Amino acid sequence: MDTIKLTIDNREIEVEKGTTIFQAAKQMGIDIPALCYMKLDNLGVENRPGGCRICVVEVEGRRNLAPSCSTVCTPGMVVHTHTMRVINARRTVLELILSDHPKDCLVCPKNGRCELQDLAARLGIREIHSVENAAVSTYKKDTSPSLKRDMDKCVMCRRCETMCNDVQSVGALSAVNRGFMAVVAPAFEQRLVDSNCTFCGQCVAVCPTGALTEVDHTGRIIQALMDPTKKVVVQTAPAVRAALGEEFGMEPGTLVTGKMVAALRRLGFDEVFDTDFAADLTIMEEGTELLDRLGRFLGGDKTVKLPILTSCCPAWVNFFEHNYPDMLDVPSSAKSPQQMFGAIAKTYFAEKIGVDRKDLVVVSVMPCLAKKYECQRDEFKVDGNPDVDFSISTRELASLIKSANIDFLSLPDEEFDAPLGESTGAAVIFGATGGVIEAAVRTAYEIYTGKKLDRIDFKELRGLDGIRHATIDFNGTPINIGIAHTLGNARKLLDGMRAGMYNFHAIEIMACPGGCIGGAGQPFHHGDSSVIKARMDAIYREDAGKKIRKSHENPYIIKLYEEFLGHPMSEKAHHLLHTHYFDKHD
Amino acid sequence: MPNYKMSLLCCGGTGCRASESVRIVERLREEIAAAGMDNDVQVVVTGCFGFCEQGPIVKVIPDNTFYTNVKPEDAEEIVKEHVVKGRKVTRLLYEDPDTKKHISDSKHMGFYQKQLRIALRNCGFINPENIDEYIARDGYEALAKVLQGTPQEAIETVKKSGLRGRGGGGFPTGLKWEIASKSPGPEKYVVCNADEGDPGAFMDRSILESDPNSVIEAMAICGYCIGASKGLVYIRAEYPLAVKRLQIAMRQARDYGLLGDDILGSGFNFDIEIRYGAGAFVCGEETALIHSMEGKRGEPTVKPPFPAESGYLGKPTNVNNVETFANIPVIFLKGSEWFASIGTEKSKGTKVFALAGKINNVGLIEVPMGTTLREVIYDIGGGIKGGKEFKAVQTGGPSGGCLTKKHLDTPIDYDNLTAAGSMMGSGGMIVMDEDDCMVSVAKFYLQFTVDESCGKCAPCRIGNKRLEEILDKITKGKGTMEDLDYLKNLSKVIKDTALCGLGQTSPNPVLSTLDNFYDEYVAHIVDKRCPAHKCRALRVYAIDPDRCKGCTACARACPAGAIKGEVKQAHVIDTEKCIRCGACFDKCKFNAVIVQ
Amino acid sequence: MSKIKSLDELRQMKARLESEMDIREKSNNPDKLVQIRVAMATCGIAAGARAVMNSIIERVEREKLPVIVTQGGCMGYCYAEPTIEVKRPGEDPVVFGHVNADKAMEIIDKYVLHGELVDGILPVNYQTIQEKI
Repeated sequence: MDTIKLTIDNREIEVEKGTTIFQAAKQMGIDIPALCYMKLDNLGVENRPGGCRICVVEVEGRRNLAPSCSTVCTPGMVVHTHTMRVINARRTVLELILSDHPKDCLVCPKNGRCELQDLAARLGIREIHSVENAAVSTYKKDTSPSLKRDMDKCVMCRRCETMCNDVQSVGALSAVNRGFMAVVAPAFEQRLVDSNCTFCGQCVAVCPTGALTEVDHTGRIIQALMDPTKKVVVQTAPAVRAALGEEFGMEPGTLVTGKMVAALRRLGFDEVFDTDFAADLTIMEEGTELLDRLGRFLGGDKTVKLPILTSCCPAWVNFFEHNYPDMLDVPSSAKSPQQMFGAIAKTYFAEKIGVDRKDLVVVSVMPCLAKKYECQRDEFKVDGNPDVDFSISTRELASLIKSANIDFLSLPDEEFDAPLGESTGAAVIFGATGGVIEAAVRTAYEIYTGKKLDRIDFKELRGLDGIRHATIDFNGTPINIGIAHTLGNARKLLDGMRAGMYNFHAIEIMACPGGCIGGAGQPFHHGDSSVIKARMDAIYREDAGKKIRKSHENPYIIKLYEEFLGHPMSEKAHHLLHTHYFDKHD
Repeated sequence: MPNYKMSLLCCGGTGCRASESVRIVERLREEIAAAGMDNDVQVVVTGCFGFCEQGPIVKVIPDNTFYTNVKPEDAEEIVKEHVVKGRKVTRLLYEDPDTKKHISDSKHMGFYQKQLRIALRNCGFINPENIDEYIARDGYEALAKVLQGTPQEAIETVKKSGLRGRGGGGFPTGLKWEIASKSPGPEKYVVCNADEGDPGAFMDRSILESDPNSVIEAMAICGYCIGASKGLVYIRAEYPLAVKRLQIAMRQARDYGLLGDDILGSGFNFDIEIRYGAGAFVCGEETALIHSMEGKRGEPTVKPPFPAESGYLGKPTNVNNVETFANIPVIFLKGSEWFASIGTEKSKGTKVFALAGKINNVGLIEVPMGTTLREVIYDIGGGIKGGKEFKAVQTGGPSGGCLTKKHLDTPIDYDNLTAAGSMMGSGGMIVMDEDDCMVSVAKFYLQFTVDESCGKCAPCRIGNKRLEEILDKITKGKGTMEDLDYLKNLSKVIKDTALCGLGQTSPNPVLSTLDNFYDEYVAHIVDKRCPAHKCRALRVYAIDPDRCKGCTACARACPAGAIKGEVKQAHVIDTEKCIRCGACFDKCKFNAVIVQ
Repeated sequence: MSKIKSLDELRQMKARLESEMDIREKSNNPDKLVQIRVAMATCGIAAGARAVMNSIIERVEREKLPVIVTQGGCMGYCYAEPTIEVKRPGEDPVVFGHVNADKAMEIIDKYVLHGELVDGILPVNYQTIQEKI
């Protein structure tokens, strides 16, 4: 390792060549304030446009101040991180940023968790010099089913742009306009719904201010819970239980399944169900579809499309509808667990309890913002009534719990309600990248080979590498599996596949880093990849602790097929549990 | 080819074309044909002569007669009198502003006497659309010579010449080439920065319009030196004539094998492509320029890495400005010692300036480094228009500073201008007289940088806007002395923290006017008075009772009903009601309305 | 158009092209050159000034003489046309009258190149147009 020596704040340090001043200072425990800077270790992504100029430091011999985030250390460099010249510059620049920022902190969605607010407190800003009627840059508000843009609050940190372009390769967001009116927006300042935005929400996940936030449905949920004529049921996605605790100060990776169920019950939901149940159902349908296609393919049917692509992730569905319209028949036609749950709840369950679907409100708690978009897609409605009425994020659930004065930490562990609350370990791992395909393999293997698996953990499918592949031996038949998380990696994988680089039978794709555990509706992890890792461990821990770990062994799933659906891919299953895709390419 | 006995050189630069020089050329050719002299007399369209104040220019060769302010209808007289009969058309000759004598030969005009033309050597002399004329003037000989030696030798020559970047930064050109040549990589690029953006500046445009081959030749030399086979000219689309001439020159150079594969039998391959800019000022900054060429948003990135290490498409890239390139062939033809003998200790050679503002001889000039501001303004520029008093000169474009009388004897070079609180910049030079309000001048430049900021970094995006707002407040008489402190602090912080050269220099007009014209700021704030009477909100109109004839014109023109008075008696302005629109001032035929 | 393949070829080409630019090059440094002005008013042309001028220009170009040839208006010596005025660097101009092509060659051989005066000098009793201006 090539190293160099330099001096920061009168202390000498030896760092790896190429290290920035900011990182070198961090290694010494010196915390340089910054705003636009963001480093996502697990993605190898560093956002350092050098735009906010808050992290400037004094470098001896240099005429002006240096942005520490993007200035590489040189041998013998002498750096001062907190001189009066530096402090004055930081305060003056922050004051400028605040002078062009709305002062509505009290009702801002980011109130209390805003990086700009924190910074203003840290640098002790008490006054903003400005002339009477000083200009402020204002922009049209933009609300989509998932995301809200209030770009008056944009500080041009460009993190969202980095996520949208570099990480997700979606390219919906970029800087537009010049100078004082410069802002990040879709091309031509279109609305997000008119752009090729996938609603993955990774922009929201990194926005330091209230410029990009999720559409808040907590008010609608309260209204529904207040309404005596409505029966309100809730489903919770697997990744939620691995992260919700963070909102209440618990360590990342703490599983709070039981407390979450208890809290939902106290909030007044009539039934507390589990999306995991629908995840098991997804495996039944998707796994069967895989085996069907695989069987025909191995039998020499040239018309069959392989690999099969998973379709649980709504941002990924949006992504291929926009970018790969020629491949609409390649992904599995199985609906996502959220929508399968909605379809079953408003038919099977509604019939069971004798409630009209219009009086049954289905709420989902998701780690995801694209789910908000998904549940209002027209094909998931019957006579205008959606299968899933509202989708709220992990963060929104935490906010509901807090506003109801529920002491989350001291709640007892409670169990999900039957019949839609029972699930297997296979369903739990849906929350992590590689989990869906592992769950599918557990079931497909046993059905295909007719043999019991002697091992249930497929560790070769796990991990945080962006693109992974593995070959699973289906009793002599090698099944090639590809996995990608983040849409940028998905694009690489698909383009590589088109170029003939890969030969896969099945591919799992998740739009968010780490899969749903890193979803945009989760508690903010501020780019700390150890948080993602801890949540992932929690997911696999929950799986390992489950009595039943294969979807096809879920007794309630078996019962559902017996009582209602018949068999996987039956006509009824097709009608309720499968969907089709649209060409959204401009 | 015919041996012409006489040539009429007619300026085909953008400025003169706007004054019908194309029509003048047509008319001259018609008249010459009518006189049956087409085989004896040729009409040559050249690039800019520089003396734009007096354009369109027609220069008669061989007797060097310099006709000024020529109109198409003058063509007949020029041909019938001068060409046929040999009698000069006196009324079209330049009149010396001091002696009031006509001067026929441009060499005897003050405007040209102190100039030394290196970068502009062929401007106004050759036909830019004919490569033969460039070759006849030793064109491409420098390239041929360089190709016979090693790149290291050529780089050494450029280094020894002391040439520094003419685009504003003043970075030693030879060193820049050396760094790019040492950057590893099989694929490198030579970029010519023709994104000239300073208001009123047209040095680069003129060179490309008048002598495009000098830039092409220099780019090829640079390509050989750094190991690049591809050149890119980034030029603003608002320069259609420069683009056209460059395209013609490139085509002709390719035909002669001076661009393309195996140039001059040396085995060296080099060709050039033109890339169009949309005219954003910030795209003159080299990293922003590169991003723009890559199809990305034209905004700068933090340096290092410098383009020489990672530039266009991440490849080592050498970016030089048009004027810098135009100097290169001469350095090889005349030697680095010759070049280094011109100029000052640390600034060698000459510099082209676009003279503008309140000066008699507006135009494009080239002077040796070390020439004083006084020589430029008075000897070449012919002094201040209308005999007014010199107040300040703004150098370095919108981010330069305003220099005053005390700087007039400063020899112009990179270091002296910087030390005086301004900068060389790309060569804009705007002269101001006693009627210019320095607070308004600072505000004007800030408006420009606010308009042209890319918005990437906070100090430039928001800070410049705030500077502009405070300056505006002061010009409206609403400023406070605390504003001045904040103005100063904010300016310093912006300089200290902005990302690129644009932001780091944008407060210069504020700081230099605060330094040199502090009293003027104070007058606006404390006395609510604009000493130059420029700031409308601070004007106080009054009527001189001795001059007022009582014609009532002013009272009728006043939209605020602020003027009272009987017919044929002196009128009075009620300053409380007056909205300072100036309508009375414009209306009064007797100069009775005065501004206090 | 043929490609230029070497420095030598470039120089040969330049030599060919130079003559066209010659008058412009010379006019750039007129003070160092001999200036010959041929009176080309109606009287001069009628007396054959154009032929004289052409012969001078041809000779100058052929031999690459440091001479700049211009045409002038009537010098007032109509009786002696064609007339030419010759100004050697740093010297006062001399006017020759009744110049034909042969006389012109003689003037070039002797006066222009070597400063030896020849017959036919007219007394100078006028200001040139240039001086007047």
